[in-house]
Amino acid sequence: MATTLTERRSEAARGADWREILIWAGTALGVAGMYMAILYAPEEATMSHAQRIFYVHVPSAWVGFLAFGVVFAASVGFLWTRRRSFDLAAHASTEIGVVFTTLAIASGAVWGKSAWGTWWTWDPRLTTTFMLWFIYVVSLMVRAYGGSGGQSARFAAVLGIVGFLDIPLIHLSVVWWRSLHPLPVVVSSEGFGSGLPPEMLYALLVNVAAFTLLYVALFSIRRAQMGAQDAIAAQRDDDRRSTFRRGLPGIQEGSR
Amino acid sequence: MSALAVVRQLLWKDLLLELRTREILTAMTVFAMLVAVVFNFAFSPSPQDALRLLPGMLWVTLAFASTLGLSRSFVLERDQQCLEALRLFPFDPGLIYAGKLLSNLLALLAVEILLLPALAVIAGVPLLGHIGALAAVLLLGSVGLVAVGTLFSAMSVNTRIREVLLPVLLFPLAAPVLISGVRSTLGILAGRPWADVLPGVRLLVAFDVIFVVVGYLIFEYVVEE
Repeated sequence: MATTLTERRSEAARGADWREILIWAGTALGVAGMYMAILYAPEEATMSHAQRIFYVHVPSAWVGFLAFGVVFAASVGFLWTRRRSFDLAAHASTEIGVVFTTLAIASGAVWGKSAWGTWWTWDPRLTTTFMLWFIYVVSLMVRAYGGSGGQSARFAAVLGIVGFLDIPLIHLSVVWWRSLHPLPVVVSSEGFGSGLPPEMLYALLVNVAAFTLLYVALFSIRRAQMGAQDAIAAQRDDDRRSTFRRGLPGIQEGSR
Repeated sequence: MSALAVVRQLLWKDLLLELRTREILTAMTVFAMLVAVVFNFAFSPSPQDALRLLPGMLWVTLAFASTLGLSRSFVLERDQQCLEALRLFPFDPGLIYAGKLLSNLLALLAVEILLLPALAVIAGVPLLGHIGALAAVLLLGSVGLVAVGTLFSAMSVNTRIREVLLPVLLFPLAAPVLISGVRSTLGILAGRPWADVLPGVRLLVAFDVIFVVVGYLIFEYVVEE
């Protein structure tokens, strides 16, 4: 965000910032999505207005899963190529994935209180999502305490792969309990969107698009921040080294 | 040296160390018994409850005890730079994983052999009648716990918070083992037909195969320097 005149001029000279455009587009679409969710979509027959949380819940869960898929792909890419950019992508996506999964769990709990009369049940989908959340929170812990940059990146990548492969097994093992979660209505065997009235489907799709756009925007911003952080750290290291060299007696040119 | 000989040597090194000190096995067994006793304090199960609670007690106890042995197993390697020395040998680092996995597995199985009779006595549940099926489920579950545990143990000893990280890494990832283990054990003890127990056993087998292979392949990235 430019504040001074010079900053504004240099920003104008650089042209439009596509990250900013993404953020605004995502926000605009999100506002439209909320309008559709609250005013345009019809009231649900049995769940009444509580059902409207579904327009936040489903997109959040979708972005959470999308983000963790990106973490898996980036982790494989990192261990394969050792390029720092893959690691930064995995890190940024982990953070955003945890935020949206938290949102999905919280919105689901609010809905559950109204529909099932309880905040939480050990339904397979809830349990799997909860375990998923744990795995990626621990992954952030590994990054925080993992030691030197290269090592914590490797460890986080290993966890990004092992954790992702574990998800189907976690799900299968908890499916052993009886399912309470509403059955899928958007993608079912009768075809795409057949379980929903069209207004509801449109409202949902707009919200999914808005959340996905916001994910892309947040991801690229966080990714750029981390890149900048890297560059600053490298610069600082450089400075420190040269100051150190200058300060040492005997290493100056000409002496010795 | 063939791969098998390498693994045998690595396993022998750990076994010899353990036979001379008996540190890990003693600590794990005493700790496991203590956890089992604490469970009885917590639930004070009546004889009817005991059958229902025993599988959970058994698996939680094992999960806790396994973290004790697992974290110790790589502390030893790190302290005297043993791991660095092993990495200098021209063999696949996955073999180090295989050797460590086997020694950790043997430790856990030894604890189970000591723990099961004690639990049967404390909880008053006759286990002898189902010992075959129970042993199979315990073996499968232990392989799964140790397969991910060995990988994460190698990771956690190199982090700033060391062993503290291991249980936090292990428990969410090992959730399928604990769930399937508890449910299968419950089914076996309740004398349910084999078909009821089979899904859990199948899951345990899948978990074991996937994570032993993944662990073997990915271990290289954990210990490189």
